[in-house]
Amino acid sequence: MPDTMPDPKYAYPPMAERRVIGKTPTRVDGPQKATGKAKYSSDYWHKDLLFAVLIGSPIAHGRIKSIDSSAAKATPGVTAVYEVAKAGDEIQWCGAELFAVAAEREEVARDAVRKVKIDWEIMDHLVQEADLKAAGKRAKAAGEQVTGDPDQAFQDSGVVVSEGHYAIPVITHCCLEPHGCVIQWDGDSINYWPSTQSLSGIAADLGNLLKFPPDKINADQQHIGGGFGSKFSADRWAVVCANLSKSSGGKPVKLFLDRNVELMIAGNRPSDYANIKVAAKQDGTLVAWQSQSWSTGGIGGGGMPPIPYVFTEIPNKRMNHTAVAVNAGPSRAWRAPNHPQAAYLTYSALEDLAAKLKMDPVDLFRKNLGLTPKLLRDIYANQLDKASELMDWKKKWHQRGDSGPGPVVKGLGLAMSTWGGAGHNSKCQTTIFPDGNVVIELGTQDLGTGTRTIINQVAAETLGLPMARVTVKIGSNKYPVSGGSGGSTTVGGVSASTRKSTVNALDKLFEAVAPSLNVSPDQLVAVDQRIQVKGNAAKSLTWQQACSKLGVNKISELGEHDSRKPDGLTTGQVGGVQMAEVSVDLEIGRVKMVKYVGVHDVGLVINPRLSDSQVNGAVIMGICGALTEERVMDSQTGRMLNADMEFYKLAGIGDIGEIVSHMDIRKVNDDRGVIGLGEPCVIGVIAAIGNAVANAIGVRVPQVPLVPRRVLAAIERRNA
Amino acid sequence: MENFAYASPYSVKDAVGMLSNKWGEVEVLAGGTDLISMMKDYLVTPRLVVNVKGIRELRGITGATNSIRIGATVTLDEIAESALIAKSLPSLHAAALGVSSPQIRNMGTIGGDICQRPRCWYFRQGYGLFAKGPDGKSLVPGGENRYHAILGNGGPAYFVSASSFGPALVALNANIRLVSSTGSRDVEAEKFFVTPSADGAREIAMLPNEIITEIHVPIGSHNSTCEIREKTALDWPLATASVSLKMSGSSIQSARVVLGHVAPTPWLAQAAGQSLAGKTMSAAVAEEAAKQSTSGANPLSDNGYKVKLAQVAVKRALLAAGRA
Repeated sequence: MPDTMPDPKYAYPPMAERRVIGKTPTRVDGPQKATGKAKYSSDYWHKDLLFAVLIGSPIAHGRIKSIDSSAAKATPGVTAVYEVAKAGDEIQWCGAELFAVAAEREEVARDAVRKVKIDWEIMDHLVQEADLKAAGKRAKAAGEQVTGDPDQAFQDSGVVVSEGHYAIPVITHCCLEPHGCVIQWDGDSINYWPSTQSLSGIAADLGNLLKFPPDKINADQQHIGGGFGSKFSADRWAVVCANLSKSSGGKPVKLFLDRNVELMIAGNRPSDYANIKVAAKQDGTLVAWQSQSWSTGGIGGGGMPPIPYVFTEIPNKRMNHTAVAVNAGPSRAWRAPNHPQAAYLTYSALEDLAAKLKMDPVDLFRKNLGLTPKLLRDIYANQLDKASELMDWKKKWHQRGDSGPGPVVKGLGLAMSTWGGAGHNSKCQTTIFPDGNVVIELGTQDLGTGTRTIINQVAAETLGLPMARVTVKIGSNKYPVSGGSGGSTTVGGVSASTRKSTVNALDKLFEAVAPSLNVSPDQLVAVDQRIQVKGNAAKSLTWQQACSKLGVNKISELGEHDSRKPDGLTTGQVGGVQMAEVSVDLEIGRVKMVKYVGVHDVGLVINPRLSDSQVNGAVIMGICGALTEERVMDSQTGRMLNADMEFYKLAGIGDIGEIVSHMDIRKVNDDRGVIGLGEPCVIGVIAAIGNAVANAIGVRVPQVPLVPRRVLAAIERRNA
Repeated sequence: MENFAYASPYSVKDAVGMLSNKWGEVEVLAGGTDLISMMKDYLVTPRLVVNVKGIRELRGITGATNSIRIGATVTLDEIAESALIAKSLPSLHAAALGVSSPQIRNMGTIGGDICQRPRCWYFRQGYGLFAKGPDGKSLVPGGENRYHAILGNGGPAYFVSASSFGPALVALNANIRLVSSTGSRDVEAEKFFVTPSADGAREIAMLPNEIITEIHVPIGSHNSTCEIREKTALDWPLATASVSLKMSGSSIQSARVVLGHVAPTPWLAQAAGQSLAGKTMSAAVAEEAAKQSTSGANPLSDNGYKVKLAQVAVKRALLAAGRA
């Protein structure tokens, strides 16, 4: 059999025959999480535990002339100190790691770390990028990209041209469980309790940083309090923590970032600012795109997002992008890196064009589906229909600004998304014990998405068992290697490896049981807690009886998912359509969510309850970005002014409105295998809400978040 | 936080005996929702913290013929749950409900609310109450001032009073009782809140050796509070208006209009109040008073929108009070 052909024995059962996959059990660890029994690495406690506190730079840019930690070292109760920065180092952002202290009690460490004296040579900083002209040498233009003849296309008679400025700021990951770890470096081995999206990779990363053999590092993490793309590496903090433990005689040390430091340095999503010009024929056919964009992700600047987004085949395009280096914490992958920004820029520009054409944007988008990736055109057409139906779009939509006298008006907005989402490499070990117990082991992590539950469902499906009879063990690097949870790759990867591993183990069980039923192994099936002969339910053994045939030997079988040979179990490339309905109080510029519809195709859905939950989380995250959330930098002091949970504003339950999540579960999609959902559902939220506000108030608010200050300013411009 | 000594007296007499004549040396702890976070951020470093939650005299809500007495350590939740206050002082009731979360309402007290320090992000990052940069000048006018003052902002104070109850108490002509080891005095709410101009001063007319024991709030007016925020909850107001109307039939005898979160103190908008006297409430009358309420506003570079928000808050509070 050629490598490209799927091995049919691993195929998921046909939709109609599934007993556990596709059903909606609640999370297996839900009660643990709801009651607080679930222990996160930041909950770790041991009687010998030491607390570490890390101090960050109070200035945005400067050189350390001298650093004196003697007073900190001499503080009673301090067990170790660690200098991250040295005299002569150039510090490039506020919050950058300088110095850490471990002590027997947290308050001792906090007091001690403040005694470190640092003498600075202050240097010029730049922390704001909205005004590109002010960036000077900090701005670096990338080469121009041109397709077709945009100049001619914009001048053609009969085309309608729309121009606008759009801005989406830096936001931070703001993980509820901050970045950090507990480490015990005791002689020849290291025990490591990280907060990570990549459990199987984290020991190698730390080992590499410490020049320590990774196979002597035991990494354990049962739960994680958010990552969103920012928790893949061990980071400097683990190096600090490990060294503090080593210097403290091998006692465990806990180092988690303080909230303000978490917001300043532990990851952010790059901003994007753009002046965009688009042109279409009178019938809405898109003919030209021109964008001049700039962005920052910290001192490294920021790259161009993939614009024009989804409508990639606009025939005439010119794109220019400038990266702006600012003195602020570095960006990290943020749930669907660059896609939310690309969606916001693209659909804001297209919605403005539709308004100028006096065209329903659903019609404009549909008219131009030929400019989207070929694989997705039919999918988008279907999704536009379904989303319109769920939103009652045709009935509710009105021309821009044609929304009545107010003071509270409503509007609708639209966006689309695309993502990969094929499963990552993953290995899974299934062990069947003679007493009937089943243990599934993977070196994966549950990022909060329900990975334990998914694995449990796939295993139970294969083995014909109820979920409660299967024990799932994840969260340790002693289990078989599984990929990091990034790019929406986990569900496809762990489902495939679990499927393969459980099929392999079941084959072995069939071999052991077949003689006692006087059939060949290939005539057996596992169903309803029995091993039975196909088509003859009377000829069977209970699961317990079957396993007892193993005698004293357990079955232990590996299953491996290799992303280069997916065996039909997982693919990538999905589309999605998002619609938002908002109300706006015109007197105070206050936007409220009324309803949100997300329609997604993600192949075979293992658990629709969990996929809805993913969408809910993503929409809430998007609502934050659209309505309340932004990093505020102060140009004078170089500081982030809202590095807290008070003015770094995340939406609350009263800000969310109704969320309707629709998974496009049809055979045509199911046949594609399992595809991840984590990123696709977050991409279009901000764009859809921005468009809904423009539709409601009759004018574009160029910059999100859409707080009263900006909405009122836009209304004033409209009235002027 | 720095180490500190802790005392938990059971009488006002014992408590005031522990206070200092200088701000910052001794801090009074009630709900602690502001004080503890300020101590954790090393913004205050008292040598002694005096817990007053154990003092019975500071508790309870009691009604009299013309007023309601609210003990200083009455929690926000007790105010929100009080039928007496909901009936007679809806503006105070709304202010209590406007504070979220439930955890804060459970812990926070009315005495603490009116003494709490500004939320100015420069102040909270250690640049002092007047947000001074290295050159000694305020960072606010040339910095990020979207949440700062539009009234009474001639400097050096640019912050806004963070008190949730302040505007309602000023509008209702409440009296705040202050006790020291040498005696007690009643201060009108309007005079309790002050704009400091000297380093080391605070935003209240209280002395460092005094504690608040109780607040007396007159009843009998039509009153209402309207708050405008970016979020639905767990967010500071961008602008607040508390109004109190003395009615004679359908005619307004006298009115007090007070803005919150727009100035270093609750801002008594006298012209707006006067414009209402003798009128019958209507949308046009409310609108006119709303316009007058921000007279003298001098917005900074990024907070002009708060003028409009304050006006809308006044209009909505007046119409609600007029309906009551």
